[in-house]
Amino acid sequence: MIKYRFIITFGATLLFSCYSEKKKTTAESIRTQDFVSGKQVYDDFCINCHMVNGKGVPNIFPPLASSDYLMSKREESIRSIKYGLKGPIEVNGKKYNGVMAQQGLSNKEISDVMNYITNSWNNKNVELVTENEVSKVQQ
Amino acid sequence: MKLKNISYFFILFLSVTTCAQDKNTINTKNSYEIVVPELNNPWGFAFLPDHSILITEKEGKLIHFKDNLKTVISGLPEIYVRGQGGLLDIALHPNYKDNGWVYFAYASPKGEERGGNTAIMRAKIKNNTLVNKQLLYKATPNTTRGQHFGSRIVFDVNGYLFFTIGERGNRDVNPQDLTRDCGKVYRLKDDGTIPKDNPFVNVANAKTAIYSYGHRNPQGMELHPITKDIWTHEHGPRGGDEINIIKPGKNYGWPTITHGKNYSGTKITDKTAKKGMEQPLHYWTPSIAPSGMAFISSNKYGDWKGNLLVGSLKFNYLDRCVLKDGKVIKEERLLDDIGRIRSVEEGPDGFIYVGVENLGIVKLTRS
Repeated sequence: MIKYRFIITFGATLLFSCYSEKKKTTAESIRTQDFVSGKQVYDDFCINCHMVNGKGVPNIFPPLASSDYLMSKREESIRSIKYGLKGPIEVNGKKYNGVMAQQGLSNKEISDVMNYITNSWNNKNVELVTENEVSKVQQ
Repeated sequence: MKLKNISYFFILFLSVTTCAQDKNTINTKNSYEIVVPELNNPWGFAFLPDHSILITEKEGKLIHFKDNLKTVISGLPEIYVRGQGGLLDIALHPNYKDNGWVYFAYASPKGEERGGNTAIMRAKIKNNTLVNKQLLYKATPNTTRGQHFGSRIVFDVNGYLFFTIGERGNRDVNPQDLTRDCGKVYRLKDDGTIPKDNPFVNVANAKTAIYSYGHRNPQGMELHPITKDIWTHEHGPRGGDEINIIKPGKNYGWPTITHGKNYSGTKITDKTAKKGMEQPLHYWTPSIAPSGMAFISSNKYGDWKGNLLVGSLKFNYLDRCVLKDGKVIKEERLLDDIGRIRSVEEGPDGFIYVGVENLGIVKLTRS
């Protein structure tokens, strides 16, 4: 009985550590990454509206820096990059009613840029977005 | 206390000046009527002889708008919809009535490299389908960069076809190199062949369709109604959007000279002038992000006749530029806060029509 309990506990620990290793990246390893490819996508496709400091343009383009929308609505954010976004949204208590066009990015580029913007301008996201995660987001 | 006041004032001053709005005054004595509702991004449009409208949607849709009905024209070539690329400008042959040629610009993936680049095609429309399609020009090489396709199309009084291609996000390689496409204004005959007197036909390995070079991303081009010169405007980086009059063989300086900076605020160059490079007729700092261009040549707007109109993508207004002795002496905001203005045309009825993203095509009215 004790043996079984031990095996179960051990197995659960193993499973759990496996799970967390897969999904979570430690803060340490994030600091060492510089998200070069994500920055490249950002500089190429996003910077015109969201600006170099991620602050957007007041009342027109919402901020990404310290954005409650970006940091709490992960799937919606991926969806908006993948398929475009139209209609009213609220970011940091302010309403925006614009349109973001679909940019024609690959799933890899979308995961790269998500990881860049969620880890820039004081944003922090240890649960990195994967290409596979992006591929599963439907319109 | 006094020092404190001064520092407050300094902070206020800084925050006002760094917030990149321009100081053009708002003219409230104008408005609009929606002519074509519900368009996403009307990149270009052209009036047919029956006053119906051909409209390009950037996402890759060609629309014929007649009697308040939108009909989709099929048969477009493969279009590379990525970043700023897609289906772009459209124009009619000066003798469209007789020959039916429609010209359009688009981002094309044609070629061996990954990515796309700007292409110019002409075709005729039969039963709402494009037929007799002829690819007249395709810039090379392809690139996956998302910016600066240019693409405005204009015919001059001699029937030459002018179009623009931006530098495709490769400023240090393309605009100053005559052997490479991109960052140029081009001139072709209406059938796509290269005029014998194009300025660089005798330059070894030059792309001989080039008419002028050293451009960043011209998204406005128009024939001046009186002088018949080719006028363009182009996006600067951060600051330094320009208006230019295009002359054969001239170098417009990008990126060797510019009034703009990098988006990050760092310098691109110290120089705003250099021998052998043209000065803009006008420049905008901060950038308004100009797209679409038209002169008011009719009498429909009273003393606005002769003014130049430029759409602002960034600040959502139509910029009325008053010209005098080859200079912009006054600017004013029309249609303030209407949305991102993508295209501007003077219609055959003399009224000004404006393509606005996520709104449609509107007619400018002056009260």
